[in-house]
Amino acid sequence: MTPESRDAVVQLAYLVASVLFIFSLKWMNSPQSARRGVWAGVWAMVLGIGGTLLNPAVAVSSLPWIALAVMVGGLIGVPLSKVPLTAVPQRTALSHAFGGLAAGLVGTAKYYLWIHDGGHNLTTFRMFAISAEVILGFLTFTGSLMAAGKLQEILPGRPITYRGQLIVNFLTLGGAIACAVGLIINPQLTFLFPLLITLSLAFGVMLIIPIGGADMPTVIALLNAYAGLSAVAMGFVLDNTLLIIAGALDGSSGLILSIIMCKAMNRSFSNVLFGAFGSAQADTGGQEGQTVKSATAAEAAEIMEQADTVVIVPGYGMAVAQAQHRVRELYDQLTKRGIKVKFAIHPVAGRMPGHMNVLLAEADIPYDDLVEMDEINPEMPQVDVVLVLGANDVVNPAAKNNPKSPIHGMPIIEADRAKTVLAVKRSMKPGFAGIDNELYAMDKTLMVFGDAKAVVGDMAKTLAGDSGMH
Amino acid sequence: MMTPLLAAAAPDGLNAYIPLIFVFILATFIGLEVIRNVSRLLHTPLMSLTNAISAIVIVGAILVAGPQVGDDHPLWITILGLIAIAAASVNIVSGFLITNRMLKMFKSRKPEDKS
Repeated sequence: MTPESRDAVVQLAYLVASVLFIFSLKWMNSPQSARRGVWAGVWAMVLGIGGTLLNPAVAVSSLPWIALAVMVGGLIGVPLSKVPLTAVPQRTALSHAFGGLAAGLVGTAKYYLWIHDGGHNLTTFRMFAISAEVILGFLTFTGSLMAAGKLQEILPGRPITYRGQLIVNFLTLGGAIACAVGLIINPQLTFLFPLLITLSLAFGVMLIIPIGGADMPTVIALLNAYAGLSAVAMGFVLDNTLLIIAGALDGSSGLILSIIMCKAMNRSFSNVLFGAFGSAQADTGGQEGQTVKSATAAEAAEIMEQADTVVIVPGYGMAVAQAQHRVRELYDQLTKRGIKVKFAIHPVAGRMPGHMNVLLAEADIPYDDLVEMDEINPEMPQVDVVLVLGANDVVNPAAKNNPKSPIHGMPIIEADRAKTVLAVKRSMKPGFAGIDNELYAMDKTLMVFGDAKAVVGDMAKTLAGDSGMH
Repeated sequence: MMTPLLAAAAPDGLNAYIPLIFVFILATFIGLEVIRNVSRLLHTPLMSLTNAISAIVIVGAILVAGPQVGDDHPLWITILGLIAIAAASVNIVSGFLITNRMLKMFKSRKPEDKS
């Protein structure tokens, strides 16, 4: 093959790969076609890698080493794909870290390679792209590691704040940008490059330190966007359209998910990143002696048995207690009696976008019964029983009624408008945002105290025993 | 008169990058449009799928690790490339596998919807 025809084959492979990547995401529009989307993605990846290996710059002698590196990555990747679904947020954060690391390393290698060549290849545009790639890549790397650590509870999940934090953060980012500007003006200022890397790594850590657990869905989505943009920057560095297209797809996905998450919390990006949400609980004071009514799991089960419609609102508490399979048993018992059961999913329930849907799907609950917040709210006044399961802030009426509440303005699942509310909670401790929930003190609310898994299990058992007698 | 002015404004030939910027902008528009239509049910698998897709940075890593090691291509550059290949491979393998695993769990109530 002549070099020209070989190049044409490479470009053609990249073209087909780009189209397949787009279809891969397009097929995610429904659960029926989504698995086809995975295959499209796999084939796109195979074509992208295969095409790259045909590049004349890749020496045959390097191939065994490349294969070895792929195998090492694969050996780490397989166990990472088998984590329990409750750990998917951490896994996602960890894989953003790997993506950021890869982008940062390639940018670094390219910079030193071109300096080694004398620097004539380091045009202003390329230096700009390398700087963007390195900043985004390395800040995604450490930021995602921090996020994964917080989600895995290796690191404290509470926001860590100190005086002057914002100033220190801005100085760090400003320092990194100043290094980048220096390098763009004169790429030969090689001492700036290690500084650029260090400041980017430090900024990633500092960005995540003040962010609390409840904001993790937004942060993970944002890191996803950064990882995509670093791939785009790499594409500009290497003149590679496939990288630009795949990176742009990833970046826009992260961006849209972040916007959805922010809207679902009625907050802005800057508020999530710099607001240190969890620190707000100090202003609201402690429990104001709320009196609540409580019921046993058996009593709650009997109330549900009398209902025509039951709406279950799952939250992070369900994931922590691993209660989804017990929920399925309860769902079976209720639907068997002809009771309509639906699950109302708030966009920020859990620790990443869509977290609750995956957990309920794992428990074999048909996705037709998982409904979104906007869909369920108009029906709420007709709902007989709402079962709040480990959710808290997403059903807090203070978001609508109390302008002083830190979550005021956040759209909620309007459980307070249903006829009866059953709330399963471990104790009266407030939720992640540290805010009291007046829903629990309402006349129509009954609290069922205990571990979500045990309580829901008892409810299902009560109903099962009951049906045996008929 | 115009040519030298333009050349001064873009000394390293920004013009050469305009096609790439076009590709980026158009791909972003396609991405936004396609992602907007993704079912909300599937946002978690979507994220793991885009994780795998963004591991396409392996292409750049291969181009850095690929050239023959020698005077023009120091060994440590190759090593950086190989680490990047391994990191990207983690995402390719785990991203596609876990996406597939999660999607298998989504079932409809109506069995005829299985396809």
